[in-house]
Amino acid sequence: MTDYRQKYQTTPVIGWLLKDRGGMILLGILIAAAILVPLSNLLLPESSAFHVPTWMVSLLGKYLCYALLALSVDLIWGFCGILSLGHGAFFALGGYAMGMYLMRQIGDRGVYGDPILPDFMVFLNWQELPWYWYGFDMFWFAIVMAMFVPGLLAFVFGFLAFRSRVTGVYLSIITQAMTYALLLAFFRNDMGFGGNNGLTDFKDLLGYSLQSDGTRAGLFVASCVFLGICYVLARGITQSRLGKVLIAIRDAESRVRFTGYRVEYYKLFVFTVSAVMAGIAGALYVPQVGIINPGEFAPALSIEIVIWVAVGGRGTLYGAVLGAFIVNYAKTFFTGAMPDFWLFFLGGLFIAVTLFLPKGVIGAVPAFGSADRQSIITAWRKRRANEGGKA
Amino acid sequence: MSEAAVQMNASDEEQVKSAKSETILYVDGVSVTFDGFRALNNLSFYVEPGELRAIIGPNGAGKTTMMDIITGKTRPDTGDVLFKSEIDLTKMDEAEIANLGIGRKFQKPTVFESHTVFDNLLLAASGGRGVFQALFHRLSEAEKIKIEKTLVTIMLEDKRDEMAANLSHGQKQWLEIGMLLMQEPELLLVDEPVAGMTDSETEETAKLLRSIAKEYSVVVVEHDMEFVRDLDCKVTVLHEGSVLAEGRLDHVQKDPRVIEVYLGR
Repeated sequence: MTDYRQKYQTTPVIGWLLKDRGGMILLGILIAAAILVPLSNLLLPESSAFHVPTWMVSLLGKYLCYALLALSVDLIWGFCGILSLGHGAFFALGGYAMGMYLMRQIGDRGVYGDPILPDFMVFLNWQELPWYWYGFDMFWFAIVMAMFVPGLLAFVFGFLAFRSRVTGVYLSIITQAMTYALLLAFFRNDMGFGGNNGLTDFKDLLGYSLQSDGTRAGLFVASCVFLGICYVLARGITQSRLGKVLIAIRDAESRVRFTGYRVEYYKLFVFTVSAVMAGIAGALYVPQVGIINPGEFAPALSIEIVIWVAVGGRGTLYGAVLGAFIVNYAKTFFTGAMPDFWLFFLGGLFIAVTLFLPKGVIGAVPAFGSADRQSIITAWRKRRANEGGKA
Repeated sequence: MSEAAVQMNASDEEQVKSAKSETILYVDGVSVTFDGFRALNNLSFYVEPGELRAIIGPNGAGKTTMMDIITGKTRPDTGDVLFKSEIDLTKMDEAEIANLGIGRKFQKPTVFESHTVFDNLLLAASGGRGVFQALFHRLSEAEKIKIEKTLVTIMLEDKRDEMAANLSHGQKQWLEIGMLLMQEPELLLVDEPVAGMTDSETEETAKLLRSIAKEYSVVVVEHDMEFVRDLDCKVTVLHEGSVLAEGRLDHVQKDPRVIEVYLGR
């Protein structure tokens, strides 16, 4: 143990990365995928058994965005106990920022051929671009906004909620209300975001056609890279003293307060970071699926994210990534094969995981049931037993 | 006549001032009401620097409410609470008060269960409480030494890498006391430290608190009379939100009012 502390001292970053087996596997897979998938898609002939078709590249890219979204939820839920049921809102806002850029990129190639105004504005008889659409013709501006807008919303929302000490179920409910309010707002045509139909018919990104294999492969690589970067960032946060404070808040919030920490600032920090990550996920998602509409704000979608995390294994970060892949693969399969049964399956999966795999799929793999995780579960069980005994 | 009155007032104030200047904790005329129930009723008492004080009283006497008020969890309706004779605690929140140097131990042992004993102490260690300070914090040699020293004090040196969840009830209580020590407080508030402890653990805890009281001011709330006797200190008896009696345990135990409301039953 002393040994490990020493190592931790001299090379903190490499130290905790090496110690994080699941994270190493995840990063390894991401690097391999980022190299092999585009190569096989672009270079191998379609007849080859190792050829990855373009639709598969886009599908995997979409899953990677979901994985990043799940990671952002695990960062706050798994490590700080903040159960956000409105994280889809940050994802969608990031997506809208990217969508606005893509709309401006269409230029005069739209149906109405207006060089500045997107089609839906011409259709609504608008004469000029609303002020909040300014700047979105620049890629860098759209990227900054895809992070800044979700971050700002999370900051303001979190500041008010955490300062008033709204926690637990109450916080979850107001996050639902938040995303629902945004859903209704974005449905309105006069909001200037395309109303019901959202933003679509995108042509190209940075001058590259969104339909080309090369662009799709590029977006896939970008998704791998950002998931990897955000994973390392999230791991870094959770391994720092700040991360220890977050876990302490999750387990005994008032003790942390009486120890002299300003709990609300810590929650605000991690909530904002998480929202920025969700925004990045949304920005990567939109060019790969080709549309963003208010449906992404749907409360049910935000709840689904929490299920991904629970299925994969809460409080591990890489578990959230795995969960997002498992559930979304299942969704792709079921909505194709038996569309009527998907929601039953999702509900059943959640119940089964809660009952039989409280640590998620990751927790069922012995190599990952590390001493650390084990004791969290023991602690949790004990507390439950105590509460049961009292009642 | 008026001159005399002024003089009287002046000397009164003088007296109050000198009383205040000798105290680490000054609670004066504090009342608080919850939904019509008067939890504290004009409560006044003083703790001197370096003092070990036990506070006893039947259930509902207001002991925990008193702790809540001192640590900023509850605001009093009226009255003054001063720390080191000059800092008004009624205007501050929990984190500010903790950083002033007032540590609180809860009735139910409250430690960070999914952290090791070592990390529990590290988190409590005095020093930067800011978000970014915490993000970029690296364990210093001085902190390490301090933690090791505290581990010895609280008799948990062989449990340093054990998860706090796996400690026995008594060991958790000690760990929580250790966490208070790491905060380098000037005043320790300890709520029922021996509830649910075995006899030998109780004895060890009394010893621990007596040794801690050599360096810090300590206020202990307790039910267990044997334990209070072991502490061997001044006792304040609370009843229905105000002080009923104060003095050595033998002395207050002879007080007929105390016998009636508490010990006699």
